[in-house]
Amino acid sequence: MLEALLGPFVEFGFMRRALVGCVALAVAAPPLGVLLMLRRTSLTAEVLAHGVTPGIAAGFLVAGLSVPAMSLGGLVAGLLVALGAGALSRATGGREDAALTALYLIALALGVTLVSLRGDTGDLTHLLFGQVLGVDDAALLLMAGVATITLPALALAWRPLALETFDPAFARAEGAQGALWHMLFLTLVVLNVLAAFQAMGTLMAVGLMMLPAVAARHWARELSGLAYAAVAIAAASAFAGLLASYHLDLPSGPAIVLTAGLAWAVSVVAGPVDGLAARLLRRPHLAG
Amino acid sequence: MRGPELRIEHLTATHRRHPAVHHLTARFAPGSLTAIVGPNGAGKTTLLRAVAGLHRPDEGRIAVTHPEGRPCRLALLPQQAGMDRTFPILCRDVVLQGLWSRLGPFRGASAEDRARASAALEAVGLGGFGQRPVADMSAGQFQRLLFARLLVQDADLILLDEPFNAVDARTAADLLAVLKRWHGEGRTVVAVLHDLDLVRAEFPDCLLLAREKVAFGPTAEVLSAANRLKARMMAEAWDEDAAICAGPKAA
Repeated sequence: MLEALLGPFVEFGFMRRALVGCVALAVAAPPLGVLLMLRRTSLTAEVLAHGVTPGIAAGFLVAGLSVPAMSLGGLVAGLLVALGAGALSRATGGREDAALTALYLIALALGVTLVSLRGDTGDLTHLLFGQVLGVDDAALLLMAGVATITLPALALAWRPLALETFDPAFARAEGAQGALWHMLFLTLVVLNVLAAFQAMGTLMAVGLMMLPAVAARHWARELSGLAYAAVAIAAASAFAGLLASYHLDLPSGPAIVLTAGLAWAVSVVAGPVDGLAARLLRRPHLAG
Repeated sequence: MRGPELRIEHLTATHRRHPAVHHLTARFAPGSLTAIVGPNGAGKTTLLRAVAGLHRPDEGRIAVTHPEGRPCRLALLPQQAGMDRTFPILCRDVVLQGLWSRLGPFRGASAEDRARASAALEAVGLGGFGQRPVADMSAGQFQRLLFARLLVQDADLILLDEPFNAVDARTAADLLAVLKRWHGEGRTVVAVLHDLDLVRAEFPDCLLLAREKVAFGPTAEVLSAANRLKARMMAEAWDEDAAICAGPKAA
């Protein structure tokens, strides 16, 4: 039993790297996902993940499969899309979903076209689905570095972001600098999407960010509890997903996201907060 | 302590160039308790938002000055619509938000701050609710909670936008007691209200607003039948073809 759980990580260096990278990702990204979900901007994460694609593809065109070049291109493209999404949101009074959908479809198509100019099907697969078992030193450094930046930055921004999400008018009246914190927040999302891209590709980069966050909604009633629950679910999904990928010979990125999806399904059914089971299982009411 | 004086001069605030508040001049004395009444669309909310700095006036001046010349804190209780009442946050933490001007994004709340938050919850009749999530609150309880946050804010000028909307009689009475406590402490309080009987009974001063000032002064005089009829005559719809206003310019 223990052999099946730990053996692959003891035996193979690439499994250890994949685990360290994914756990770093699982610690940093889910709290961002929780805030995105509470701001009702889950779609923004998807848009940013696809928005970085043309930048990554441009980096690939210039320098091939090089982590620094692709990350730099992705960072520039992601920040541009974040700015554009913010401007769209203000221009449309918060009803930006249709415009954002248009934006990410264009970005994805542009990215795929750019890669096809020079690369082959293997490169395209790498871009879209990632290669978690091929995480090299540069990619591992990027993933760990992003987590190292994200956690303290988020700790500083946590209170203003929570306040602005809960009561934007109050935040404005108190001069809480909401726009500034929001830009920092979007930058963190872009960085995490880039880190996730290394392992899971642009199509599934937000899997470890959003799925655990949505699942956590069924386990906690308070913001910090949601963040802890999301991190725990993400870390467990990364571990279990990698194992499943090893033992069942599945592609690793989709295996991790599927595991997180399974965790979400279990949460919807069995979670204590608004779970289906809690709703069906009618316990006797209290006296007061 | 004494509240500040709120002086409004030739204020015009618009939505897409149509005036919501039109050439309004009014002076709210330090420590006064004033009700703003008027028909829907009369510019009451816009006026409060302009005073709170959330709506940029097109013309005119708003000055909040303390008799002793020290800086004033201002608090606005908006209508509940803009708030996410399902947000996963505990009541105690909502009350502690009232300390934002002092704690900002980083500083932690001291034991004394927490005691103040508990006392504020107690004062609005929500003693023991500190650890409850906001999502469990009814509309009336949520309004009590917002009053507790206002208590902690400790503002000199307090602006309330329809504070007793959608609350039951007992909650309204409790919250009114908080409001009178502020008045007794000498703070300047301005509240937008629709219940004229309540205004007559509890508010010494009144501003009757119908985009322009209809009347301002002691409540009994302001709420005369003639003035109320005048306010009711206000056209609700904008005149789409309105010409550019040539009214009195700000001095």
